[in-house]
Amino acid sequence: MRIGFLVNPVAGMGGSVALKGTDGAETLRRARSLGAVPRASQRMGQALDAALPLPERVSFLACGGEMGEALLKERRFPCEIVWRPSGESSAADTRAAVRAMTAAGAELIFFAGGDGTARDVCAALDGAAIPVIGVPAGVKIHSAVYGITPARAGQLLRKFACGGVKELDDAEVMDIDEEAFRLGTVNARLYGYLKTPLDRGCLQDRKSGGANPDAYDRSAIAAWAAEKMEPGRLYLIGSGTTTQAIMEELKLPGTLLGVDAVKDRCLVAADLTERQLLDLVEPGNTTLIVTVIGGQGHIFGRGNQQLSPAVLRRVGAENVTVVATPAKLNGLFPRPLLVDTGDPELDRRFRGYVPAVTGYGRRQMCRVEC
Amino acid sequence: MSKRNYPYIPNSDPAIQAEMLKFIGAESIDELIGQNIPQELLMKEPLKLPQPYTAECDLVRHVSGILNKDKTAGEMTCFLGAGCYNRYVPALVDEVINRSEFLSAYAGEPYEDHGRFQACFEYESMMAELLDCDVVNVPNYDGSQAAGTALRMATRVTKRDEVLIPATMNPDTARAVKTYLHPDVKVTTVAYDRTTGRLDLNDLKTKLSDKTAAVMAMNPNFFGIVEEEAQQIADLAHAAGALFVVYAEPSTLGVMKPPFQYGADLACGDIQSLGIHMNYGGGVGGYMAAKDRPEIVREYPSRLFGLAPTSHGEWGFGDVMWERTSFAVRDRAKEFVGTHAALWSIGAAVYLASLGPKGMQELGKTILQRSLLLRRRLNAVKGLNVCPLSGAPFQEFIVRFENKTVAEVNAALLKKGILGGFDLSRDFPELGQCALLCVTERTSGDDVDAMAAALAEILA
Amino acid sequence: MDKIADKRDTRLDRFHQASWNEPIIYELSVKGERGMLVPEVSADVTAEVGDGVSSLPECMRRESAPDLPEIGQPQLARHYNHLAQENLGVDSNIDIGQGTCTMKYSPKVNDRLAGCPKLADMHPLQPDCTAQGILEVIWRLGGLFREISGLDCFSIQPGGGAHGILAMASVVRAYWEAKGESDRDTIVTTFFSHPADAACPIVKGYKAVVLPPDEEGLPDIEAFKATLKSSKVAAIFMTNPEDTGIFNRRIREFTRLAHEAGAICCYDQANANGLLGITRTVEADFDMSFFNLHKTFSSPHGCGGPAVGMVTCRKELRDYLPAPLVEHSEEKGYYLDFDLPRSCGKVKSFWGVAPVAVRAYAWIMSLGADGLREVSRVAILNNNYCMKKILAIKGASICFPNHKPRIEQARYSWEQLRKDTGFGTADFSRRIPDYGTHYWSSHEPWVIPEPFTIEPSESYSKRDLDTYCDILAAIARECYEQPEIIREAPLNSTVHHTSHDYFDDPDKWVLSWRNYKQKYTGYFQPKKK
Repeated sequence: MRIGFLVNPVAGMGGSVALKGTDGAETLRRARSLGAVPRASQRMGQALDAALPLPERVSFLACGGEMGEALLKERRFPCEIVWRPSGESSAADTRAAVRAMTAAGAELIFFAGGDGTARDVCAALDGAAIPVIGVPAGVKIHSAVYGITPARAGQLLRKFACGGVKELDDAEVMDIDEEAFRLGTVNARLYGYLKTPLDRGCLQDRKSGGANPDAYDRSAIAAWAAEKMEPGRLYLIGSGTTTQAIMEELKLPGTLLGVDAVKDRCLVAADLTERQLLDLVEPGNTTLIVTVIGGQGHIFGRGNQQLSPAVLRRVGAENVTVVATPAKLNGLFPRPLLVDTGDPELDRRFRGYVPAVTGYGRRQMCRVEC
Repeated sequence: MSKRNYPYIPNSDPAIQAEMLKFIGAESIDELIGQNIPQELLMKEPLKLPQPYTAECDLVRHVSGILNKDKTAGEMTCFLGAGCYNRYVPALVDEVINRSEFLSAYAGEPYEDHGRFQACFEYESMMAELLDCDVVNVPNYDGSQAAGTALRMATRVTKRDEVLIPATMNPDTARAVKTYLHPDVKVTTVAYDRTTGRLDLNDLKTKLSDKTAAVMAMNPNFFGIVEEEAQQIADLAHAAGALFVVYAEPSTLGVMKPPFQYGADLACGDIQSLGIHMNYGGGVGGYMAAKDRPEIVREYPSRLFGLAPTSHGEWGFGDVMWERTSFAVRDRAKEFVGTHAALWSIGAAVYLASLGPKGMQELGKTILQRSLLLRRRLNAVKGLNVCPLSGAPFQEFIVRFENKTVAEVNAALLKKGILGGFDLSRDFPELGQCALLCVTERTSGDDVDAMAAALAEILA
Repeated sequence: MDKIADKRDTRLDRFHQASWNEPIIYELSVKGERGMLVPEVSADVTAEVGDGVSSLPECMRRESAPDLPEIGQPQLARHYNHLAQENLGVDSNIDIGQGTCTMKYSPKVNDRLAGCPKLADMHPLQPDCTAQGILEVIWRLGGLFREISGLDCFSIQPGGGAHGILAMASVVRAYWEAKGESDRDTIVTTFFSHPADAACPIVKGYKAVVLPPDEEGLPDIEAFKATLKSSKVAAIFMTNPEDTGIFNRRIREFTRLAHEAGAICCYDQANANGLLGITRTVEADFDMSFFNLHKTFSSPHGCGGPAVGMVTCRKELRDYLPAPLVEHSEEKGYYLDFDLPRSCGKVKSFWGVAPVAVRAYAWIMSLGADGLREVSRVAILNNNYCMKKILAIKGASICFPNHKPRIEQARYSWEQLRKDTGFGTADFSRRIPDYGTHYWSSHEPWVIPEPFTIEPSESYSKRDLDTYCDILAAIARECYEQPEIIREAPLNSTVHHTSHDYFDDPDKWVLSWRNYKQKYTGYFQPKKK
């Protein structure tokens, strides 16, 4: 089994010197000058320790120098180098390395970094169905591809290598505007999705039969949503895997990241821009279906920018339906759902309770705050 | 009555309570209650219940005194069946299901409750052989829930919403099935042939459609008659794209062909007749059986126990769970599992193992012989018509009274210490005054003679 | 304490569960062995009627005997003896770890009463005049529950708790259909109510709205108000106290709001063990409720049934209950009343599990009003005592720590333990059988991380509680100090670590012995296809 192995050596360097992120050479120089020390290798080391013992047939496809080779040599792991960075490692190296690993037959990419790294991995994989496991090494990570701790990531790697993983899930990759972040505002947007192994506990609920996999819950939600669509009404389907399941249920080509429009079970248009949305929306005859994006529980503010305040006003707060799997909502517990449309007055209209669809004929009341 | 500490409540002693309260840091239990429950929700007065029998021997006298007013089927000669059977319960069955280790166990993990898992797995295995299939669940509440669930399973497998059940289904079972299927699934009844008493194939043909998810047949049916055209029913159902579900009485399967050998996709029924006391109708437990066909097995809502290896070469157990990755609209009906009837399955397992292959054959054979004997003797009695329907009976058969009602006859039989057959005239008025007589392996030659003589006298 | 006891090694982990490495019953089969003989007819009868089997239509005759094991009776007795020993039920351990199950002592005298021939040999279809004993017991039991709930009518037909919920949901549906208000299509329940409170109404065609908990752990009443505004609610289904052990002190506010909206209020009283003689269905103003006779009311769990979910309701709902009801009159005595034309139908074959009803009756009659009250008071005392001990264990915490009071059980969390040591509730659950007991986590989905739910009912002594809490503390310590033991556990149980790969892979799983022989030879050696 060939596993891609990648460390973004500069990830996380900003945090220790109160710089948020190390995007860009200038910030990196500042970090170094402030005495920042590379932490990613250390975190990756923790993850490798927790992954032991790995089955014999596992071999690593690695990136040269500080991007993985050094750590593997130090731990005496045999590896094949598929990419060598020339000089200071960069985002371009991450992407090239991942492409090389894919070409060399990697079955999984195991990487340490932050949101930026996840974004680069996502871009390089470009939709290929190779799963990844992220070892958190960056500063305040928003992307869901990362394990909660390096140790958990390592344990998951071992489980995968031993064939103990039955399911893959789609995990969000968030694109953070690091400059804005440094200035104190979080401007995260959904960048894309990566496949990651699903880690389910082994205790079975013997009294009531156990919980469902997310894929099942998503398809249950989709079945309900599709069934309830009224003839002649326009439905806008927002970004996210749960809303995408509705498009799949209707057997329509939808965009995972974009906003699609459906009427009478036919695709009206896909991946609409804000302009197109403003033209298309029929006030009083439109329902917008959105799901929860990002680790903080946003229904507006982390998906795509096409759902501008103007579009939302035209749709009307009462015509928004939220769909979300129980797992997603439970992960947020006890925090409320959040709205961040960019327009505080509009945000206030959404405050209160929303009955999120969590299954077939099943809804959960969720508090919404701004 | 002096105030004494309670044997079932070890901490009812005031000194112990004081010690515990001190540890907690509370003044009294009332304080703990007050922290939880507001004043307006508290009862203003104590419960008004009868004086208790705190001494065990007084309790026994009280409860036994009431139950002694029963006159049991065991104290009479019993010819009642209709879904509950006066089977002999082997002493070993009673011994095993009264073992307190089994009685007091519940929902532990397969490690510490290994015995329960193994006993239930063995039950599943023996039932699978009896039915000639691969998968049998840990029991449902009873046969009617098994039947209702099997029909819902069929709607999920076929993605259709209508089912056909036979008019010759046990009316009690049919009522419960209809409640269980309401409002999601449409239920239509298929008539029986007025001559044979078996399912009317022509009526079946007219009622089958491309909306039919399942056709159910009961075999033997409620009249006790063997559905010998079952293979044809299966073929008709399959041709319409429906599943064939058979409600089969398991105690007949030592000598009767199992449903999967004549085209059944699912089988269901009640296990009370496999060595469980009648218990006034409380001894019921349901089974659902299928071959290892993934599209059917994945629709089981109830628990299935499976076998697995352990690190040290032992037999290990666990719950088999199909990971459902996609939802079908009817799945909304799959979602509840609760406390069902596991203890009875352990009893049934002991029964099946006690009888073994020869015993199950002998059971079927002896019941058929006794049934034939009773029919012969009753043929000689004036005023009744044995088997007015021509279909071949198994352990139960119909007699029609020419000049008296079943109610009158049964009242007279009762005076002689005989429990007459189930009165069919209410649910099947078209048959006239008919009773369903049931024979078991306990029906002796003397019982047969007594019945014949009694009826001769009553109908004279 | 006796001085002899002082000299013995009484370490908590000096326990080994009975472990017989017992073969699967088919492995014990020996051709020719018999367990029990069935009566045969005489030769004369055979001469008269033939072999019987020939009277069956040929196409329906079984061609070969079923492949059941052949085992002598002594060998069978021994086999089941071994299997019985390999369980940890209430009679074998300090069973306070199975929270929400109310694992209390089932008095033996009640088993004797319920198992006597006067009940065991009763056929359900016997005429009522021959069943005056059992009908009287059931009717009296109903009378006791009228008082215990404060409502008017009862039914013992449902076969368990979830079944009781299904019965209530069926009554709700029948009621609204009769009233012509079938557009009431939604029921409301709460997050910590039993999963069946949502699932069963869905089986009856309803949509479910689940209320989340607020920060305190009570069902969010603002969410409830919002739901009533936006949905046509047929009924609410709520468990109180919830599995967290928290009593919803605002429950009357919920029923008031529900009644204003015209909804029926259904009370899931599975967790009634801390409420007897303290507060009832009627004080909370519910219209219907059910009780588990196999939990609070002491009938043994029987490995998972049989059981009874006793439903009680106000007289306005009587007409819709499952038929028949047990009634009494001067002329008829005790009888089964089938005359319910608007009944929701039936939820079970026959009338309900009578032996369970007899046990519950005997239990209540042995305790009386004072006894029942003492049951709940001690259950509350025991739970609060354990809470204090458990929260002193490093790594343990309680859900909703801001809401301190709990009734008869509590849900805790090993989240801190997991953070510190990497071991969580699943690991704990594997090690605890090595100490001769077990515990239960939580219904899914797990919202409280690494949960465990402890319910120290009134059957347990102070010493029992101390021992159990010491066991929890000992294992928590092992997580910190001896992780290798936790990883290898269980070590002293019936069997060792079971592979989980064989339970969700259709190619691998084994659902019967036959299934095993189809797929494997030897010990799990896959057969070549």
